Amino acid sequence: MPVEVSEAQVHEIVERWQRSESFVIEMLQDVQHEARHLPRSALEQISREVGVPMTRLYHLATFFKAFSLEPRGEHMVQVCVGSACHVKGAPRLVHACERHLGIKSGETTADGKFSLEPVRCLGCCGLAAVLTIDDELHGHVTSANVERLLKRFQKQEKKAEVT
Amino acid sequence: MARLSVQSLNALRDQLQAERAGREGKCRATVIVHMGTCGISAGARQVMTALLGALEERGIADVAVSSSGCAGMCSREPMATVQRPGEAPVKYADLDEKKIVRVLDEHVIGGSIVKEYALAMGSERAG
Amino acid sequence: MAVKRLHLMVCAGTGCVSNKSMEVKAALETEIEKHGLAAEVDVIPTGCNGFCGVGPILLVQPDGIFYQQLRPRDIPHLVEEHLLKGRPVQRHLYTPPGEKGTIPLMSDIPFFHAQVLIALRNRGMIDPEKIEDYIAREGYQAAAKALTTMSPQEVLDVVKASGLRGRGGGGFPTGIKWESTKRAPSENGTRWVICNADEGDPGAFMDRSIIEGDPHSVLEGMIIGAYAIGATRGFIYVRQEYPLALKRFMIALNQARESGLLGEDILGTGFSFDIEVHRGAGAFVCGESTALMASLEGNVGEPRAKYIHTVERGLWNMPSCLNNVETWANVPPIILHGAEWFTQLGTGDVSENPWGGSKGTKVFSLAGKINNTGLVEVPMGITLREIVFDIGGGIANGKRLKSVQTGGPSGGCLPEELLDLEVDFDTLTAAGSMMGSGGMLVMDEDDCMVDFARFYIDFLMAESCGKCTPCREGLRNMNMILQRICDGKGQEGDIELLEEISACMIDAALCALGTSAPNPVLSTIKYFREEYEEHIREGKCRAGVCKALITYKVDADKCSGCTLCARACPVNAITGETKKLHVIDPNVCDRCGACYDACTFDAIIRV
Repeated sequence: MPVEVSEAQVHEIVERWQRSESFVIEMLQDVQHEARHLPRSALEQISREVGVPMTRLYHLATFFKAFSLEPRGEHMVQVCVGSACHVKGAPRLVHACERHLGIKSGETTADGKFSLEPVRCLGCCGLAAVLTIDDELHGHVTSANVERLLKRFQKQEKKAEVT
Repeated sequence: MARLSVQSLNALRDQLQAERAGREGKCRATVIVHMGTCGISAGARQVMTALLGALEERGIADVAVSSSGCAGMCSREPMATVQRPGEAPVKYADLDEKKIVRVLDEHVIGGSIVKEYALAMGSERAG
Repeated sequence: MAVKRLHLMVCAGTGCVSNKSMEVKAALETEIEKHGLAAEVDVIPTGCNGFCGVGPILLVQPDGIFYQQLRPRDIPHLVEEHLLKGRPVQRHLYTPPGEKGTIPLMSDIPFFHAQVLIALRNRGMIDPEKIEDYIAREGYQAAAKALTTMSPQEVLDVVKASGLRGRGGGGFPTGIKWESTKRAPSENGTRWVICNADEGDPGAFMDRSIIEGDPHSVLEGMIIGAYAIGATRGFIYVRQEYPLALKRFMIALNQARESGLLGEDILGTGFSFDIEVHRGAGAFVCGESTALMASLEGNVGEPRAKYIHTVERGLWNMPSCLNNVETWANVPPIILHGAEWFTQLGTGDVSENPWGGSKGTKVFSLAGKINNTGLVEVPMGITLREIVFDIGGGIANGKRLKSVQTGGPSGGCLPEELLDLEVDFDTLTAAGSMMGSGGMLVMDEDDCMVDFARFYIDFLMAESCGKCTPCREGLRNMNMILQRICDGKGQEGDIELLEEISACMIDAALCALGTSAPNPVLSTIKYFREEYEEHIREGKCRAGVCKALITYKVDADKCSGCTLCARACPVNAITGETKKLHVIDPNVCDRCGACYDACTFDAIIRV
């Protein structure tokens, strides 16, 4: 899985948002989506094409949680640590995920497969505790059943790679 | 969808509401077609289809059509029960595609029981 | 026209979808096809029903039968029994907690029948991706009424008279905000309306639910607001954590444009207005109005001092009216049914002064240690007790209620003694909490109030933009103090120090994030001071939450020797043979709590 974005792609993204300064956060989100981070080259290109200074782009890139300057893993494991999940054992859940993936919160596994990220409220408090693996949301997760969940995902992932 | 004016918005709403009355749970009557094995083999399916067809032809959406199991009198199938709010349910027996439409027009819509086809008034007591 | 005899309303809210409701829907469609019922039965994916705890949910209309916790493999039997034979399937009906008898009809279930739906008026009844479904339920009738039979001033007067106050947290009277925006000078006549859909409060999810379940209700509210204020363009700022909400907005916008309900010459009335959508990039502070507007301009979402209000100079320095999702969704019914209809519900008197009461309803998200988790819309003035016990079904697992937290990170924790408080904007504020966006988190005896205050301060510290010193440094220091209390290293005077820092932040922080941030700390000190003192003086956490102050033990009477805990333990601190008592070695145990979650016999205790 590449963690790059071509000049043509960035150009397309800038055009998609009409080169408009007010949409630069949208552009950064699209780049982040493509490359799983914001490569310096892409920021420079946006700066040039839209006419906003690099300082401003770096300010945005480090202010909002959706952005990262280092590549994130192929798959995102987001553990909700909102208030409802907190009282339903989210801290223990985060700990269990760290243990199983062998990384700390906010880190990416050495093979670049998984990033673990605690998030503040996914808005599914009725199902607390919840986590998402990529776009799929899982409810009523505990430190006791999360390992099976992650293992099953990793297995499917391996299978998909072979075929 | 074409651009709406206030008139066409209202017309569209009226048409959609008529189509969706059942979804709102608003019904002037309920017709239950008994569809146990016996009923189906005696033609309950055709009765159901005829009833739904007639409702559609007449543009009526606020009659709930439901199905149920065997009513216990297999020899008199196909059977159907008509229930209008505030009135005792009426069971009809030995129905066919024509009879059910008459029941629809005269009883469900018209409000007078079709005595020739009626088996009994009222329902079995529960328990 | 195609009339169906049965309408199967499958909940497609985020909660039910994660419980595989789409697979249930597919199974329904397969079985319906198999039995040749496709012409008679309609399957409709709806927005969130609010009763997330028992999903996936299916409502069969016109019968009104409510099915819960369905799995795809239940469907063949259900279709045969209910759809063919007309017999509701008992085992999938709702059973109240602690009872045996089922309740077949949705309207009879206590969770639903105590609710009054205004903002959520279409919930569970429409397919949110079909504008026709919205129109069939009087959708866009209010916009049509406003645009063709009322002057902008008349619309404004109705909203003012209704006493509607902002549902996003502040409780500012909506009519006054609209009026100020309308009156504010603008050189070229430009004014904006903005929808705040950056629902960031942890524990609140009503805005997500409204957008996902009924996006047109928000658009219609904005159209009416724009007409009253004289705005030609609207903005929706939706957080990127809600991808489905974003998708539903985009679909609704396109449908509204195609139908002539947005864009040039709306409904042929000559009024023009359009809306664009921006995705937030993940920053809690962007829920604050000036930060949100900065972000819409493409800048970092930092608040500014509000010597000049945003209604005068907001987005690109133009008069800007910002309301949240739930507020906008309340507008169409008010216009349609009138201000008097709205003021029948709620508390106080708003006929002279819009601050004189709280009218209408409020949507709350019920979460935490409660039996019925989900989303409820209730009249203002209902008591906490009614919400928690009558609608929420009481505390889960036979535990005792300790506290109800309202208002998210800006709110506070209320004790059991205040359960009879009549909930509205002003009573909650007076009690040291606030309405906030309507999060309501129920805590039981297993929850530590000090840890919970620390949790919110930790959250706010991470989310503070850092622009003003009282908020940036105040939160950092409060977090440090709370952390040391939870670690058993608290000192005499810590409670007073927390109060002092709080007072400074309330006075001096730049925006509402900072001025309301001390609420979780102050309210827990006010109502649960003894827990702070126990932590500091006795090194005791009565709830068994603070890691440094507890040890995990096995309850010899309850342990069945199933070995689940030993297998779950990552550090091999648990020993014991099958079917025999297990023991935890406190010197090896790192108190991760994995055994506590794994045990199905409640045999792991925290002392």
